[in-house]
Amino acid sequence: MQFEFLLEQVVNGLVLGGYYLLIALGLSLIFSVGGIVNLAHGAFYALGAYLCVELTSRLGFGASVVISPLAVALLGILFERFILRRFYAADPILSLLVTFGVAMVAEQAIRMIWGAAPVSTEIPQSFRGSVIVGDFLFSRYRLLILGVVAAILLGVWLLLHKTSFGRVVRAGIQRPDMVAALGIRLQPYMTAIVMLGVGLAALGGAFFAPITTVHPAMGAEIMTIAFVVVVIGGLGSFWGVIIAALLVGVVRGIAIHFEPAAGEASIYILMFVVLLVRPRGLLGERIEKFE
Amino acid sequence: MHPEETDMIRYPRRTVLRAGAAFAGATALGFPAIVRAQAEKIRIGHLTPLTGFLGVIGSYAQLGVKLAAEEINASGGIMGRQIDLLSEDSINPATAATKAQRMLEQDGAVVLLGEISSASSLTIMQVAERNKKVFFSTGARSDALRGKSCNKYSFHCDIPNTVMVNAVGTALSQKGMVKGRKFFTLTADYIFGHDLLKAAKVFFGAHDANLIGDELIATDVTDFSPYLLKVRQAKPDVVCCNLAGNQVTNLVKQYAEFGFPYPLVGFNLNTGDAWAAGAGNLSGTWPTVWYHTLDNPMSRAFVAAFSKKYGKPPENHAWIDYVTLKLLAEAINTAKSTDSGELIAYFEKQAQFDIGKARKAYFRAWDHQLVQEAYPFTVKPKEQMKDQWDMLVLGDAVPAANDPLETIYPTKEQNPCEMKA
Repeated sequence: MQFEFLLEQVVNGLVLGGYYLLIALGLSLIFSVGGIVNLAHGAFYALGAYLCVELTSRLGFGASVVISPLAVALLGILFERFILRRFYAADPILSLLVTFGVAMVAEQAIRMIWGAAPVSTEIPQSFRGSVIVGDFLFSRYRLLILGVVAAILLGVWLLLHKTSFGRVVRAGIQRPDMVAALGIRLQPYMTAIVMLGVGLAALGGAFFAPITTVHPAMGAEIMTIAFVVVVIGGLGSFWGVIIAALLVGVVRGIAIHFEPAAGEASIYILMFVVLLVRPRGLLGERIEKFE
Repeated sequence: MHPEETDMIRYPRRTVLRAGAAFAGATALGFPAIVRAQAEKIRIGHLTPLTGFLGVIGSYAQLGVKLAAEEINASGGIMGRQIDLLSEDSINPATAATKAQRMLEQDGAVVLLGEISSASSLTIMQVAERNKKVFFSTGARSDALRGKSCNKYSFHCDIPNTVMVNAVGTALSQKGMVKGRKFFTLTADYIFGHDLLKAAKVFFGAHDANLIGDELIATDVTDFSPYLLKVRQAKPDVVCCNLAGNQVTNLVKQYAEFGFPYPLVGFNLNTGDAWAAGAGNLSGTWPTVWYHTLDNPMSRAFVAAFSKKYGKPPENHAWIDYVTLKLLAEAINTAKSTDSGELIAYFEKQAQFDIGKARKAYFRAWDHQLVQEAYPFTVKPKEQMKDQWDMLVLGDAVPAANDPLETIYPTKEQNPCEMKA
């Protein structure tokens, strides 16, 4: 029985990891291609959640969860065009500062528009409750999230590995100088990557709005875990982020099974151990421009 | 402390310099009267968490105390002097203490009030005692603050954990949900949660309920799914939430998500957390200290003024910080002094205050607890709610109208407090 309970925590951890992935994947992509640590990433997550709450009362949950990330992705174009673009070649500390500034402005803007008190929405009736598959209990809603995440991962993988767009992006991660020598401008690609990245974060926010507190500082809340995932996974690696996200979810679940009070600490211990053994992260590639 | 020292604290050099500069400038303009009024302001320090898991309800507390200060100032101030309210984010226990010390020492605050976190309240209480200045802990609920950690300079306005447990426990008992039932608790892993669990255990023990499992949960947890799996594995009759702030909201939402058959109840909930959870997610029986539908003249006036100014009804922390500043002003006016020693003597006479409830409240002399009514509540069906704020149905006030108020509070034997003179 004990073992089954443990296994249930492992499976639940995988589901949770899938959700972390939505936030971490974009963070990793933006850093890998543009060399920018986007501290404003959480703000787009928060914005996704708020837009979802706002739109749900008018259009229903199904439409909001699609429209909200798309709207945030469009905002990502402006973010890239008018802010990030000036900092690709600059000292990394400057991009850290500017994205941190954007995060603060965004949080205050949310506070001004929607107020300091949280807003709320609920899961559509048809996705409420839990289902039992084999010996395991799943929240119906989280299974839906898991399905969406799997579909998105497949899409992103195909985009990066089976299209000419992806080839340029991957080449740009490794050798931007060679890409430039071939006469290809990386900037439009970067715009697309930022759109994709912040759009995924917003999708995470939209999906989590019904099951978490939607409040102005929620963006800052999610950033820590997203960074832990990116650092453990290693930069520039698609699979690294995926494995790290799942690992973080599972390790937390196992820790809570045995020693609940250590649940949150366990992911930092995991990060510590990974960095000690592999400073580059699990599947981190050696990227010349960052060495 | 010598009187000269007290004077030094009350009029720090910077204030004197600033007043001097203002005086010089204003004299040139010919408005000496304004300067005199400025210099005579009574400074009051307010600390409450505006960030972190208690930030949402702390924001309400700040709105409440600001409204009280405005109203007091508009009606002529305290002893004819205007209030100068300093209100800041207490952030965490260490910062709360540093800010409290600064407010008393450098800013010349004559009293302090505020706070929600029991951990931060404890550190401010120590600063108050060291500086011999009164501190009204408005929103912290840990019994230990009134017992083991009590001190002469600290007063406690919110209901303590034991009262919340008694309020909900009594309501649950009447529904047959306590005796012989298996409880599973989820508890916030800091002084407040530990304290609440202790009070809950006493209640379970006294009412033949079994506690079959408890999980201590760090205050930064936002995803409760692993804990919910453990709840299901234990198969309890009732799940009981001993969390605080945003965590209650998250748990309530995720509990609704998993749709477990075991009823969820809780020994701690603030209206702000209930509103944040939203209609359709919250169910069960919970305690509260005040709700904006309470029908009495003072509550009605406060709700009207607050709603007019901020465009939404007040939450219970807005109310408690509002009434605390109001009763403090009343006390200073009656005692004709801002001196902490004289204020303590005044409150220890158990003066009665209208705090917007059917029965008047008073600070109990031996532990400085504001003795007042509490209420259990259940949740309105969604279709009966008039608006998003109209979520709760208050049960009858506890204790019942003919029982003494103190019957629901811990006794001296249960929660002994020794105040050093």
